[in-house]
Amino acid sequence: MTVFARIGRAALVGAFVTVLAACGGSVKEDEAAAAEAAAQQQAAQEAARAEAARQQAARAREEAAAQAALADAATAAGTVFYFDFDSSELSREARAAIDAHIALMLSNRASARLEGHTDERGSRAYNQALGERRANAVRDYMVANGVPAYRLESISYGEENPVAYGSGESNWQQNRRVELK
Amino acid sequence: MLRMLKVGLCVLGLSVSTWASAQLSIEITQGVDNPTPVAIVPFAWRGVGAPSEDVARIVDNDLAHSGQFAPVNRRDMLSFPSRASELYFRDWRAISAEYIVIGEVRGGARIEVEYQLFDAIRQVKIASGVVSGVASETRMLGHQVADQIYEQLTGIPGAFATRLLYVSVNRNPNGKDFYRLTLADSDGRRPIVLLESRDPILSPAWSPDGSEVAYVSYETSRPAIYRQNLMTGNREQLTNFTGLNSSPAWSPDGSAMAMVLSKDGNPDLYLMDLATRELTRLTQHYAIDTEPTWMPDGRSLLFTSDRGGKPQIYRYELQTGRINRVTFEGAYNARARVAQDGRNVAMIHQSGGKYHIAVQDLVTDRVTVLTTTDLDESPTIAPNGSMVLYATKDGERSILRAVAVDGGVRFSLPAREGSVQEPAWSPYVNAQR
Repeated sequence: MTVFARIGRAALVGAFVTVLAACGGSVKEDEAAAAEAAAQQQAAQEAARAEAARQQAARAREEAAAQAALADAATAAGTVFYFDFDSSELSREARAAIDAHIALMLSNRASARLEGHTDERGSRAYNQALGERRANAVRDYMVANGVPAYRLESISYGEENPVAYGSGESNWQQNRRVELK
Repeated sequence: MLRMLKVGLCVLGLSVSTWASAQLSIEITQGVDNPTPVAIVPFAWRGVGAPSEDVARIVDNDLAHSGQFAPVNRRDMLSFPSRASELYFRDWRAISAEYIVIGEVRGGARIEVEYQLFDAIRQVKIASGVVSGVASETRMLGHQVADQIYEQLTGIPGAFATRLLYVSVNRNPNGKDFYRLTLADSDGRRPIVLLESRDPILSPAWSPDGSEVAYVSYETSRPAIYRQNLMTGNREQLTNFTGLNSSPAWSPDGSAMAMVLSKDGNPDLYLMDLATRELTRLTQHYAIDTEPTWMPDGRSLLFTSDRGGKPQIYRYELQTGRINRVTFEGAYNARARVAQDGRNVAMIHQSGGKYHIAVQDLVTDRVTVLTTTDLDESPTIAPNGSMVLYATKDGERSILRAVAVDGGVRFSLPAREGSVQEPAWSPYVNAQR
């Protein structure tokens, strides 16, 4: 009995039972029946396990697909959020974009670095503080929506790292931003 | 050939073009209406070998850079006296020089410069003096002579024997930019790179004795405050807090450093005791408090805060913790720097949508806008209170310009390439090294 219980594969069990049955008189009838029942039970368990594994794989595929969809949505939303002059208020567009990243971060364990930037106008040190305020505005919005604070880091570069080098509003508006990395 | 040499050296990691272009040169853009003609006669050399520097030329250039003097061209001089006995006033009146400076340079490893200043009209000696120092600091000795002559003729000490700290930035279209914290003489000569980084460097500041500098560097990918000794090169990281580590400002007695940290939530002013590293929080406000600067008496700090909605300058009294608003004119006033007399405050001042440099008189509260350019920033005042040096835009580059506190004289300090920003004018430094 214990011998059978230790055998793994249903097919092997079947083969064994046949061999034992052929031995005839040395094995009692009821023992043979019990062995057969055990073998069937074993086979059923195996089948259930295989089904569970198949379902798990399917779930994982679905999750991966969902993750991919969230990642795609986050990518589509962009990783740069823009601000008005001397403001750290999140625009509706910025919130919508950040929402996509929140959904993604709630589905994984990734950390993010939020880099705050300003345009070139005014004082560099003040702009450093303003860039931090912008990064923190994004951080606070994400935390309020369930992203753990320890997974977010705010860094301000002030006006030191512009993406558009020229002056004038068309360049400045591109530089007043938070980049999620 | 020179080009090939440069390329070769660049491969070795020695960027000649960068070194050459990092040097600033002064170009006077506006002087006073009737600059005083003064003749700086070539100084006699009574030393070993050949002189390393033309000291009279250094004095001549300094006085010209002040915008208040019109040095006589050497080619117009009828004689080159170096002693009083060789001086004939009629030779100098003939070429309309009002003042004459003669002198001689002596020494070898140690240099002595002796000069005499004469009034050509009254035909009398006004002053004489000797400055001395090591030969490698001969240029600084020349600047000291210029300081003394400037003081004799204007009543205000000169600020030529001083140095400038600034950040030069070279863009790298293929990746991160190059930042160089640079130290140079006040005339832009002898630039030395103190720190080179691919990440931003900002807020350079001087210790009150001019022996150390502090700055913010992002080299660890986060901002941190460092101090660096100019003699030994020793460098020390002072802060590494979460969030902003910004705007170091040495106290006038050198014992403490005001700074901005946001470790407790948002940017506030802190004071670090440099002996114990103990931190004292000075301000506690949900608004931005930043860029502290000391009043010369060390009893209060000026700083920028947007606690009233827009950035304005406030004053913090250390004894009482009391805070008073200082600026009321204009929607944006920031980055205060106080002259040594404790009266004139240079700052960024927005008017008509443009960012200018202005000076506010703390006694009368009168604000005078000194510049007409836009995007002016980072004002720093010469230790004699006469000039405000600042950064402004020239196309896509940042360059340094200077303007007299009374607006009468202007000069620029262009670099051949790259941006130059965040100037910090040194206190008076000692050349007796």
